[in-house]
Amino acid sequence: MVSEGSIKQGLESEFEHLKGKIVVTRPRRIFMEVDRAHFVKVFEYIVAKQEFAHLCTITGLDEGENLSFIYHLAHTGGIILNIKVSVPKNNPVIKTITPIFPGAECYERELIDLLGAKVEGLPAGNRYPLTDDWPTDEFPLRKDWKPKE
Amino acid sequence: MPDKNKFKIPIGPQHPALKEPEGFSLALKGEKIMGVDIRLGYNHRGIEKACEERTYIQDLYLIERVCGICSHSHSTCFVQAVEEIAGLDIPKRARYIRTLIGELERVHSHLLWLGVAGHEIGFDTLLMYTWRDREVVMDILAALTGNRVNYGINTIGGVRRDITPDQCKDVLAAMDILEERTKYYIEVGTQETTIVKRLSGVGVLSKEAALKLDAVGPTARASGVDYDVRRDDPYAAYGELSFDVITDDHCDVYGRTVVRLKELMESYKIIRQAVKNMPDGPVTVRAPRKIPAGEALGRYEAPRGEDVHFVKSNGTEKPERVKVRAPTLANVQAVKHMLKDRFLADMPIVVAAIDPCFSCTDRAISLRHTDKNKKEIIDWPTLRTYGISWYKSQGIDFAGLNKQLLERIKQ
Repeated sequence: MVSEGSIKQGLESEFEHLKGKIVVTRPRRIFMEVDRAHFVKVFEYIVAKQEFAHLCTITGLDEGENLSFIYHLAHTGGIILNIKVSVPKNNPVIKTITPIFPGAECYERELIDLLGAKVEGLPAGNRYPLTDDWPTDEFPLRKDWKPKE
Repeated sequence: MPDKNKFKIPIGPQHPALKEPEGFSLALKGEKIMGVDIRLGYNHRGIEKACEERTYIQDLYLIERVCGICSHSHSTCFVQAVEEIAGLDIPKRARYIRTLIGELERVHSHLLWLGVAGHEIGFDTLLMYTWRDREVVMDILAALTGNRVNYGINTIGGVRRDITPDQCKDVLAAMDILEERTKYYIEVGTQETTIVKRLSGVGVLSKEAALKLDAVGPTARASGVDYDVRRDDPYAAYGELSFDVITDDHCDVYGRTVVRLKELMESYKIIRQAVKNMPDGPVTVRAPRKIPAGEALGRYEAPRGEDVHFVKSNGTEKPERVKVRAPTLANVQAVKHMLKDRFLADMPIVVAAIDPCFSCTDRAISLRHTDKNKKEIIDWPTLRTYGISWYKSQGIDFAGLNKQLLERIKQ
């Protein structure tokens, strides 16, 4: 039986740098932070080895100097692993996860439109959710963006 | 990419005949769909940003208006995340009331869907029947909450209205009526050859594809994906109630119909248990105006599938971030997959079969279609009529069944 504890343990033994960065907040909820440099490796491991096969969504956050992205992954048993990665706002580049989760396309486009993330490897496509004539340097979910009168 | 052999038909986004703004673009070769392009965003209302500028209580009412059909789903999903951060232990009776309203909402949503599905394939008597029956549950919802939709039952810390013993009796009586009707719809839906033929093999989504594309709700369950938040990540009173997660392995629109019909029966079961086992006691606990800093992810099995709300608080009375992911957005990629290499005539029912809700997804869609070197613009009702007559030419005609059912009403 997979438990929050065994998932945490498994991750900590596989990746030394994750020690102290994984928190079980309540039954079926795990939050963790991972450095940008290690993100892809950790993410791929979690999907392949820990059987988190369902991506709920990706949340983007404006945290001042940084933009942060939380990938909410669900385990078949109901456990949710929230993986947070932060990137500097002046260079907000993340790698696309669409090769693993093709359904993530809309979620990644949303990060581009609303927060100004740069998603490496995401094929060209329609904007989502903003209109085609929306200025490319205005990101409504950034904290310094205010609606115009 | 301009292709002389393809012909593009734009439908929407803004058209008086469409119930919601949506833009699909289909690339057609003859009658076959070669590619699907979906443009979302026409209904994006900036609710997430607006939430950051309002208090939690104001947000609750705003969030409830993300969707007109699954309003209770969104408000419960949000309020659960807020309550988790605030460390509030909700009274048991409030959990049962939330469950009861949630299942009544599913019943009204699934009956509504059944009618829409009937309409899209030309079986309008089914629409008339199901929407008439749907009024039974709408009356119950209005009696319990004061509203047919946007119930306003949730508050941070519980629910705003208690339920009286008389109301409980009315709910149980309504379930008996609806159960009888649903049994009849299951019979019609699974035994009438016209329906079975019309829906089978249409909008195919294999189990592998459903898993890979992260499809949710009845769309995923009809492809054999055994996934339901109510059972897997129980909230409200679901952990204490017994019910089955309905799956089907037809992987097509027929399967999606069967899943929803059987889910109605499960909902009646859950509602009866919720009414009978509802504990006495208060329905709310006092909630702080300021929510301590923290974060939580709320999940909820809405009628259309898994609904997800992420809330991050900063210790003030307003949230730092609210993120909403409605089920339709999760199923959009699956629609593209279902339509590819299929016939244009299947488009209306395939889109309808995920029970799309563009308002809550963004939230919206765009459809393009291509062939030869000429352009034509058609709207949704024209496409629907085309689909119905195309199938008529293949020998699938609902005229007889429509008449037969009407005769039953006259008797």
